[in-house]
Amino acid sequence: MVKLITKEGLIPSHVNKLFYLMAPFVAVALGLISIAVIPFGPEITIGPVTTWMQLTDLRIGILFVIAVSSVGVYGVALGGWASNNKYSLLGGLRSSAQMISYELPLALAVAAPLLLANTLSFRDMVNYQSGYWLGFIPRWNLIPEIIAFIVFMIAGFAETNRVPFDLPEAENELVAGFHTEYSSMNFAAFFMAEYSNMVTVTAVATLLFLGGWQPPFPAPYSDVVPILVFALAGLIAVYHGLHPARRMDKFTLPATGLVFLGIAAIFGLSLFVPVLKTILMALFWFCGKILILLFVFIWVRATLPRFRYDQLMRFAWIFLFPLAMLNLLATSLIVALTTK
Amino acid sequence: MPTSYSDTYFPVLVQIVIAVIVAAALVAISFLLGKHVKNRVKDSPYESGIAPTGSARERFSVKFYLVAIVFILFDIEAVFLYPWAVVYRELKLFGFGEMLVFVILILVGFFYVWKKGALDWSHEAPGDSPYGDPDAAPQSSVTKNAA
Repeated sequence: MVKLITKEGLIPSHVNKLFYLMAPFVAVALGLISIAVIPFGPEITIGPVTTWMQLTDLRIGILFVIAVSSVGVYGVALGGWASNNKYSLLGGLRSSAQMISYELPLALAVAAPLLLANTLSFRDMVNYQSGYWLGFIPRWNLIPEIIAFIVFMIAGFAETNRVPFDLPEAENELVAGFHTEYSSMNFAAFFMAEYSNMVTVTAVATLLFLGGWQPPFPAPYSDVVPILVFALAGLIAVYHGLHPARRMDKFTLPATGLVFLGIAAIFGLSLFVPVLKTILMALFWFCGKILILLFVFIWVRATLPRFRYDQLMRFAWIFLFPLAMLNLLATSLIVALTTK
Repeated sequence: MPTSYSDTYFPVLVQIVIAVIVAAALVAISFLLGKHVKNRVKDSPYESGIAPTGSARERFSVKFYLVAIVFILFDIEAVFLYPWAVVYRELKLFGFGEMLVFVILILVGFFYVWKKGALDWSHEAPGDSPYGDPDAAPQSSVTKNAA
């Protein structure tokens, strides 16, 4: 990225300059804005101050994120049109058609957990998912709303233009799609926007379906997990450092191992400091879930081939949209019959 | 615990300002730091190394417009679903019935659009595409030639 900054910011003479520069700007700005309403943890009290680990809790937080992310399509469409290049135009068109098509299943999938929790605030949504069924099954929306979760993740892949839905940048037909004519930091801006959108989508999936910062096991067991994870990672790193495969491993791996062991020690100490414990546990579980979902994104990219464009559109409209609709109706019927 | 509108939305405003500054800086910084060497070939649109032919602002498939129009209809439906979902536990079966009628009306429209072929991107009108039907069985043309 630092290298890309120093590259020549080429503005070709055939582009529409205003919109050409506005497109990466819009993409990045919108990618960053939606972080404002994502909560990272529960209520904490440090001395006299009681606060939430969140910038602000909008009562319409979920609507806000969906609204901001749906404006994101302008970045791609503007970039594709302003570049004045056939590949870019086609890439931009495809991308905007794909993003609005997958926004419908996404919106319907989000409505299903709303039916259960009856709130548009992320904080209340996570609080609704606290506790356990039978003492050990977490009360996450994932379990009753597994179909909605799957639809949400598939639509999320398409919304962020990731493989297997990266048709707008299909290299073998469209060179690079809507960012063919972009160079330097303007080019990197689109990718920063894409990755920040990925984080937003996974964060929203975690908050809506995976219980946010709630641990998957009851408290006494879940408190030990981070210590074990980091200690194990540290020990593995130290072990490989003692049996180096490359020359530098002798120094880098033990250093990494010590850092991990230090983090494990901090988690261990935090068990005796309630405030620190609340903060660290919430961060550990929330970031852990997000990282697992991001791992799935990368995993899918390495596994699946790309869709054909007509398959992509048919999948969205004729399979995903009715599926999300039926799931929503079934959920609402069950909720209506079980609510006293 | 902030309760007033200004308290709740002020952090959002701050975040928007930060995001705009960061994004503007990203776009501006490469323009300021990078070197600028221009020539005619570098400025021309990229078309796989050959000289570009014609304008890029060509006509494109009407299906992109169709999808946009259909999307607006169904997106409004989704927007109606949100407030309904939030107060659903008070409406119960009454709310379910009301929404069922609404959804069925929408779905009738959906099936009409589907049967009209607006959602089908692979089948064009006969003679429309020089490449034929991509979903057709590959043997058919061979057997035709053999006969």
